[in-house]
Amino acid sequence: MTPPDLAVAEKIDGPSGETEELISGSEAIAHACRLADVDVITAYPIRPYDTVMQYVSQMISNGDFDCEFIVAESEHSQFEIVKHASVVGARVFCGSSGVGWFYAFEALAVTAGLRVPMVAMVGNRALDDPGAFGVEHNDALAVRDLGWMLNWVSTAQEALDTALIAYRVAEDPRVSLPCAISCDGAFLTHSQTLVKVPAQETVDSFLPPYDRAEKQLHPDNPITIAPQVNEDWLMEMRRQNDMAMRRARGVIIEAYEDFNAKFGRSGEPFIERYMMDDAEIALVGMGTLAMPVRVAVRKMREQGKKVGFVRVRWFRPFPTIELQDVLGRVHAVGVIDRDYSFGSAFHSGVLATEVRSALYPMENPPKIISFIAGLGGREVNADNVIEMADMAFDAAGGGDINDQDTHWIGVRE
Amino acid sequence: MPDTDVDTFADFIATQVLDPWKGPKKVPAEEYYTSGHRTCQGCESAQLMKLMAKAGGPRSIVLGATGCMYVANTTYYSTPWAIPWMHTQLGSAGSAATGTAAGLKAMMRKGKMKKEPINIIAVCGDGGGADMGLSAISAALQHTQYNLLILLYDNESYANTDIQVSGSSPWGANSTFSPPGKVKRIMNRRWKKNTAAMLASGHPECRYVATVCTAYPVDAMNSVRKALSIGGPTFVHSLDPCPKGWDYDPMYSHELGELAVETGIWPLYEVEEGKLKMCGKSKRIVSGQFKRKPVREYLRRQGRFAHFTDEDIEYFQSKIDDMWEKWLIPGVIPFAAP
Repeated sequence: MTPPDLAVAEKIDGPSGETEELISGSEAIAHACRLADVDVITAYPIRPYDTVMQYVSQMISNGDFDCEFIVAESEHSQFEIVKHASVVGARVFCGSSGVGWFYAFEALAVTAGLRVPMVAMVGNRALDDPGAFGVEHNDALAVRDLGWMLNWVSTAQEALDTALIAYRVAEDPRVSLPCAISCDGAFLTHSQTLVKVPAQETVDSFLPPYDRAEKQLHPDNPITIAPQVNEDWLMEMRRQNDMAMRRARGVIIEAYEDFNAKFGRSGEPFIERYMMDDAEIALVGMGTLAMPVRVAVRKMREQGKKVGFVRVRWFRPFPTIELQDVLGRVHAVGVIDRDYSFGSAFHSGVLATEVRSALYPMENPPKIISFIAGLGGREVNADNVIEMADMAFDAAGGGDINDQDTHWIGVRE
Repeated sequence: MPDTDVDTFADFIATQVLDPWKGPKKVPAEEYYTSGHRTCQGCESAQLMKLMAKAGGPRSIVLGATGCMYVANTTYYSTPWAIPWMHTQLGSAGSAATGTAAGLKAMMRKGKMKKEPINIIAVCGDGGGADMGLSAISAALQHTQYNLLILLYDNESYANTDIQVSGSSPWGANSTFSPPGKVKRIMNRRWKKNTAAMLASGHPECRYVATVCTAYPVDAMNSVRKALSIGGPTFVHSLDPCPKGWDYDPMYSHELGELAVETGIWPLYEVEEGKLKMCGKSKRIVSGQFKRKPVREYLRRQGRFAHFTDEDIEYFQSKIDDMWEKWLIPGVIPFAAP
């Protein structure tokens, strides 16, 4: 059986003018900023996200990219500056990692509350203290309740593509919400792979100019933005944010259909299904974890074990329908979190908690085993994945695997 | 600076020409900060907003950091602003002005918006300006490619949240975080930050820094007009008597503003293109034409100093005396002269 690996997806002729370059995830995002003709970018250093800004600043100094580039004095200012630039009509980009993202937290909250359609990149990094440069997903996940659209990508190509799609979805007047693209620190931000960089004309045919219309702050349109509303109106406004996030689902589907047609790509928007057609158990994860999981799945398939993998691409809006569909057909699901949620139900990570919640209303939901692995950038190898899959098989076969607790994989006890 | 920065020079967008108004009769009648706010009676910060909006005129954008002038001014459905206004976070006046300027500049340069000079004014209180937002304001004053004004309305406390001391509150002032008690009479032992001079001396590329007081409204408006037309990022610091926070009858707001200047507690000056000019009565204090009034006259008019003993008043007076008699630049820059 040939695995339907995205990396070797069926060849479709790319649109003309496309070039192929050996670049990292960070550089891919920088290319997306250039292609999207972003107007204002703010930077503040923190590893690993800051490599994006190194590429952006070089593009600007070389004259390849025209935008206002401001090195702010903190992450809070970084995000506040672009928030205000967006409100006067400029397309903006910004990003951060780990505690830097948290330093901006107040700005992140108001950006979503104000429905400012900025696109941000999070180079996922463990939070301090104690310090680690490696990936954990807790930084980006912290905004999951605020009205940020959130997605995780697993390749540099997907990073570039998703950034362009993110602008289209975020700026769509039916949505008007910010979107953060999460790239696993080091594994994706710093690893180079071949990436198809589209031509400007193709991007222009897909991404219309940003138009704030009657919401633009300008002397010709002397509106008052974000006054005190108190209990008189706040609930209605929260409801509007809720409706916008609900509408985002349809707008994302539309955007991917158009993107795939114009850029010659394939793949469904919300999740990636890897060898799921006849799978008996499924592993679920996000980001670059897909690499060792795909290797392990292929190894286990060689031994006749029917395991598949579901990679969650969009975390907000959460792909409840897709997950019910794909996971409803298996006997057990092993959710691998590269994050933690101390004190949560079953001491699970965030993804497992959400998956459990999404599958709960189903008539015969699969057993759900939750795992925490790869924190702080620790490698998750194929053997780790096989260990987790075997536990899921055990649960599927009525074994005594504890599904009321969370299993830490690859940890010294 | 060598002409290597295409961005700063080729795409320079000029400022509006806002000449000073020569006397109150020359001030236009149009208001851009109108009815609809619910500031306290005698609020000098509201007065400052009105003067500022008048001085900037209709082609202005105002960004308001969290504080009195946010909460009391913009209740949903009853905005007093006839010019565009947007809330920004407590520590974000500098960032809001920078972002707005950068957005407009990029759009105008790229032909996405009609080119025209638009005044950008970010207002913040002393909590937002002298405390939390200081680093963002400092950064804004470094980005000389953007035309913007940061206006600090200083009522010397976090007045919107029930009067708590800030880094800009006077020594010893009674506030809900510094109440005099049975054992400790003086809870706020910090001396008021010298914010305007700190920003002026720390950002020599900034072309205009000034202190104003709404007791002198035409001067205050002309400072705003100069700050908006001179180009680059600028900073104006206003001392605003606050009946609620300072505890006095609202009818004395104007008088207390004058007393702050006449006692030497609030020096009026401007630093334009690196040149310091003392203004109004402060200029006459320096030249010896006006004898400073005792600080007792100012302090005894306000409930926030009601617990002061004679010794406290003497200490306060000695600090103000130092400011005018021992500072390197009287009223502006400390350090004793060598």
